[in-house]
Amino acid sequence: MANPAIDPWTRPISVAVTGSGGSGAVTAGLILLAAAARAGLFGLMMRSAGPQIRGGESAAMLRFGPRELGCMGDRFDLLASLDWGNHARFSDEISLDARSLVLADPQAGPLPGSISDSGAAVRMLALRQEAAAVAAGRPNMVAVGALGAAAGLPLDALLSGAMRTLADKGGDVLDAAFACIRRGYGEPAGTAPTLQQQPPPRWNISGNEAAGLGALRAGVRFVAAYPITPASEILEWLAPRLERLGGALLQAEDELASINMIIGASFGGVPSLTATSGPGLSLMLEGIGLAVATETPVVVVDVMRGGPSTGIPTKSEQSDLDAALHGLHGDAPHLVLAALGIGDCTFTVDWATRLAERLQSVAIVLSDQSLGQSRAIIDPVPPVDGIAPRGVVPSGAAHEDDGYRRYAPTDDGISPMALPGTPGCTYTADGLEHDPRGTPSSRSTDHRAQLDKRRDKLHTFTYGDAWAEIDGKGDLCLLTWGSCRGAVMEAAAQLREDGIAARVVALRLIMPLRREALLSALAGSTVMVVEQNHGGQLFRYLHGERALPAHARSLARPGPSVLRPAEIAAAARRLLQETHDGCIGHSEPWGEGL
Amino acid sequence: MDASAIPSLGAKDYKSDIKPVWCPGCGHFTVLSALTKTLAYLGIPKHLCAVVSGIGCSSRLPAYVDSYGFHGVHGRALPLAAGLKAARPDLTVLVAGGDGDGFSIGGNHFLHACRRNMDLTYIVMDNEVYGMTKGQASPTTQSDWARSKLTPHGTGIRRFQPAAIALAAGASFIARGFSGDPAGLSGLLAQAIEHPGFAFVHVLSPCQTFRPEQRAWKQQVHPCRMQPTHDAAHAAELIQRDDGMALGVLYSEQIPVHAPGTGPTAAREALAGIERELLS
Repeated sequence: MANPAIDPWTRPISVAVTGSGGSGAVTAGLILLAAAARAGLFGLMMRSAGPQIRGGESAAMLRFGPRELGCMGDRFDLLASLDWGNHARFSDEISLDARSLVLADPQAGPLPGSISDSGAAVRMLALRQEAAAVAAGRPNMVAVGALGAAAGLPLDALLSGAMRTLADKGGDVLDAAFACIRRGYGEPAGTAPTLQQQPPPRWNISGNEAAGLGALRAGVRFVAAYPITPASEILEWLAPRLERLGGALLQAEDELASINMIIGASFGGVPSLTATSGPGLSLMLEGIGLAVATETPVVVVDVMRGGPSTGIPTKSEQSDLDAALHGLHGDAPHLVLAALGIGDCTFTVDWATRLAERLQSVAIVLSDQSLGQSRAIIDPVPPVDGIAPRGVVPSGAAHEDDGYRRYAPTDDGISPMALPGTPGCTYTADGLEHDPRGTPSSRSTDHRAQLDKRRDKLHTFTYGDAWAEIDGKGDLCLLTWGSCRGAVMEAAAQLREDGIAARVVALRLIMPLRREALLSALAGSTVMVVEQNHGGQLFRYLHGERALPAHARSLARPGPSVLRPAEIAAAARRLLQETHDGCIGHSEPWGEGL
Repeated sequence: MDASAIPSLGAKDYKSDIKPVWCPGCGHFTVLSALTKTLAYLGIPKHLCAVVSGIGCSSRLPAYVDSYGFHGVHGRALPLAAGLKAARPDLTVLVAGGDGDGFSIGGNHFLHACRRNMDLTYIVMDNEVYGMTKGQASPTTQSDWARSKLTPHGTGIRRFQPAAIALAAGASFIARGFSGDPAGLSGLLAQAIEHPGFAFVHVLSPCQTFRPEQRAWKQQVHPCRMQPTHDAAHAAELIQRDDGMALGVLYSEQIPVHAPGTGPTAAREALAGIERELLS
């Protein structure tokens, strides 16, 4: 029954479950992902849904294999459709070919044309009929069993995955799920699952949860935020956990409030963070400027979605980079970082928070829907270390009253901060330009000194190697940022299989730009800048910073679908061909028409 | 409260050495004095007090008080103060500002601060005009006030009713004071600061420069005819029938204070436990 070409212990396989809303496609996906983990595999699951709050249609797209997976593949090995009513919505995202296998329920009606046209093999499987044979049985659980069998996952792992995923559903639901999974698997009789061996200690984590964890690790104990898709899960994950750690989450009336709430909390000495998406970031920009001017450390996580305006709230795009870099009024140096994967949401938010605290500045961390709302099985991410905490005036020390200079110039531009409660150091943090004491001043010397201070403290800091992830060697350099790294890494692997040596540089710290280090990483290569937006925002920024060779090219493609490895590899081959043909020299973004 | 019992000694210790930007005769000077007197009377240590403000003439106040302070952006003083109070429940957090800052650009935060009922004191110095931007109509300006070039025929729209709106939004303490009655104002401020929960003090504070006619307020204000009430329906009637010049506590009710961030420390656990739950 199992296809011998499908062996997730040898190479990653891709599996999709689709259905109308409420049919349980996403639950089926979560069980398969947990099962892969129990079987000792790594995994990745993305979900796709229509704009409806409930109902509509949904799809779970999974990939599992012997190594960590940073992106979905170019094609799918297996598809189970719980019904065909809404399949057309996903036909772009779920690419099938003659090597694919589709599990279809004869009761679900005729196959859509896109399935027949793909050349995929179709196996009829009576999902509804099998489910009906079990009290409270559900077709999606039968599909879990059938897909698990076709993917080569052990039955015990599937049952164990169901147990984990349905833990809070009650015994009857679980018993029905077990029976359906067994029927789908083709082993209707049996006992409770007994895992043969303990799975390796890995995380089953979404990017949004990972971002929340990074915040907690870095000491964030206050969060204020306003709900927004696709960032809300960070807040929902953090709320009970902050409480457990003695911290708090405050649901604000809007994003104008949430940014100012975290500024207030941080002024009080508690590391603070908010999470939002593009529209919320726009509302926060004035407050972010206040944090820059008053040197109050705060972290803003922007889980990006298609924009501008309401855009495509449920789909991913890397189009807030311009706003994060340049949205502030005045000269307002701050940090902009990008998470390079689901697990890296933990590292990058952790690092960004520690940098913001140390540098008394603002860090904007860019994640996106494809990271935030996707779930992965990964090795645990080690914590960040080696960054000193926020410099504060010791509260027990004796201070000469009225002598405290909050914004005194220092060699590194960082002035010790007195927290409220410290006797003898009272001062007023002020969004007005100020002198070293914090007294409002419109004198040019004060303005210049404070502008210099706020810039220099960011530029002179030693950031170490974490500014980018650099992999491989070769004359071709794929330069990228954020969530695209996963697909770019896989594109580079595909190119290597074709004998094309490629290096990948993925920027984690985008501002302040480590320009010299970047130029050195790019040296001597043909550069293609890969990003998921319409305007080539990173490409233009790097050109403005004179950090790209003149002949660097841009592969910028907007959402809603994520970039695929084959798409990137094809663009790289074209670039190399043009370079070889000598017709290079045009460095405008290629855009979608590529 | 017997206002004469408030000692003036020690008040100067709460004044910073920064000279206010306010015009001569501005009502805000008296509000500042009343506040520093109240802080001295209550004996709140300077380093355990924070004054938060937004933008406008009255929002300059924090720098003139020798305590911790935050002079933020226009309209956002209340959320900034809420964050500070959540993070630092040990601090006495006061919020100061004007009618434009609090009722126009910050109007939404005013509503939600009232209903959130965190332990904050919000002092709004209302002079029914934007002074810092040179005399435009504010939400509390009379609809036919036509001396602003921006609204040469008057605003033509109804005035914002701070006390009535605070009551409807759920504030647990509402008082009205007058900068021309510093002793009475100190008494109100003391009650407001001691009130557990969100205390809104609406202070009539004349603008000598753009609203010189407000000098007549001295003759127009009068004590509130009723005792402070704990009954919201009664307070609503009082406030609706009021001419806007009644001074005193208009409403005071003891309701649970919202105090995020002050959870029982016994519930604290190590992050390691949370990380363990992530294992697949």
